Amino acid sequence: MDFIDYYKILGVEKNAKQDDIKKAYRKLARKLHPDLNPNDKEAHKKFQQINEANEVLSDAEKRKKYDKYGKDWQHSEQFEKAQQARSHQGFGGGGQTFSGGYGEDEFSDFFASMFGGGGGGKRSHTKFRGQDYNAELHLTLENAYSTHQQTLTISGKNVRITIPAGVENGQKIKLNGYGSPGVNGGPNGDLYITFIIKDDHKFKRLGNDLYMNKDLNLYDAILGGEVTIDTMGGKVKVKVHAETQNGHKIKLKGKGFPIYKKEGEYGDLFITWSVKLPTHLTEKEIALFEELKALRP
Amino acid sequence: MENEQLIPAEECCTNYNIEYSFISSLQQYGLLEITTIKETRFLTINELQKLEKMIRLHYELEINLEGIEAITHLLDKVEYMQTEMTSLQNRLRLYEGENY
Repeated sequence: MDFIDYYKILGVEKNAKQDDIKKAYRKLARKLHPDLNPNDKEAHKKFQQINEANEVLSDAEKRKKYDKYGKDWQHSEQFEKAQQARSHQGFGGGGQTFSGGYGEDEFSDFFASMFGGGGGGKRSHTKFRGQDYNAELHLTLENAYSTHQQTLTISGKNVRITIPAGVENGQKIKLNGYGSPGVNGGPNGDLYITFIIKDDHKFKRLGNDLYMNKDLNLYDAILGGEVTIDTMGGKVKVKVHAETQNGHKIKLKGKGFPIYKKEGEYGDLFITWSVKLPTHLTEKEIALFEELKALRP
Repeated sequence: MENEQLIPAEECCTNYNIEYSFISSLQQYGLLEITTIKETRFLTINELQKLEKMIRLHYELEINLEGIEAITHLLDKVEYMQTEMTSLQNRLRLYEGENY
């Protein structure tokens, strides 16, 4: 756990007046507030840092303690206990800390170690609607191919959700009322789930279409034949036309990815043939290739 | 629209400790929709979410209604562009690595 320089976070001098601290905090809050920086985790993290810095520096008692122990914060608790035994004192006041509509009391270990628990500042508004939760769900392409159920643990509770086939990477769904409970009879918050779909080693996906490379031996490419393809939906036999060129692309209609919330409908599968030339030729093979070459001087 | 999804505007004012005039101004700016049933004004849960955000912008960050209006338009644009970016990133994945 490292020492946190709250003055540096707010960009103020150590002897800054309360008014300067308030101004600096407000300025940064307007820049970093989560409502103004949706989906920006870095801004969210910085907003928490300035909130914490403000929580300490805008409170005379907390600031005094912070200034007193500074980098020796690890020993502050012992000193405080000894001091409290001599004269009982408690924290008073407390600045206004903005909620940002996100989880409250997200303070650092440093803060908790020095001041114990979350912030004691007044929240400016009573909560009514429950807080929204945001979660990321990592899926493989195979997982996203079929409708299935998954159990997520959100704030200690198990939530079973149905993931429809065809969800896209980065797609966000809202589950109404699965956030934290409302206050004073207010409605529950919502749960937002963002799907993160990992790259697949075999298939690439573009919308509802799938793309894959398939090796083809020289003789099937030249003379034509039949090849078995492992599609995501199962094995399919594909006819190879004679004189198929390397890099030639074919389309298998309806063998791609399921279309989101359209049961039974699929995109297409595009196969790019990758013609493989034989290696380690025998003398007889070389002689036959020489013969072929002679036919096409 | 189901009735349980509607929250009386008056209840919102009490719980958020705001004047109705704030809600009314947001409606006039086209930033919030109010549903009136038998002379009682209601907000849907979706509108309540918007209201909470605008309360934070106005009361915590001291942004006036004109500012909130401008921010709302810009945030809509940001959202659209983020969706577009995700879609383009997904397309780009097709061309990364091997040729397909």
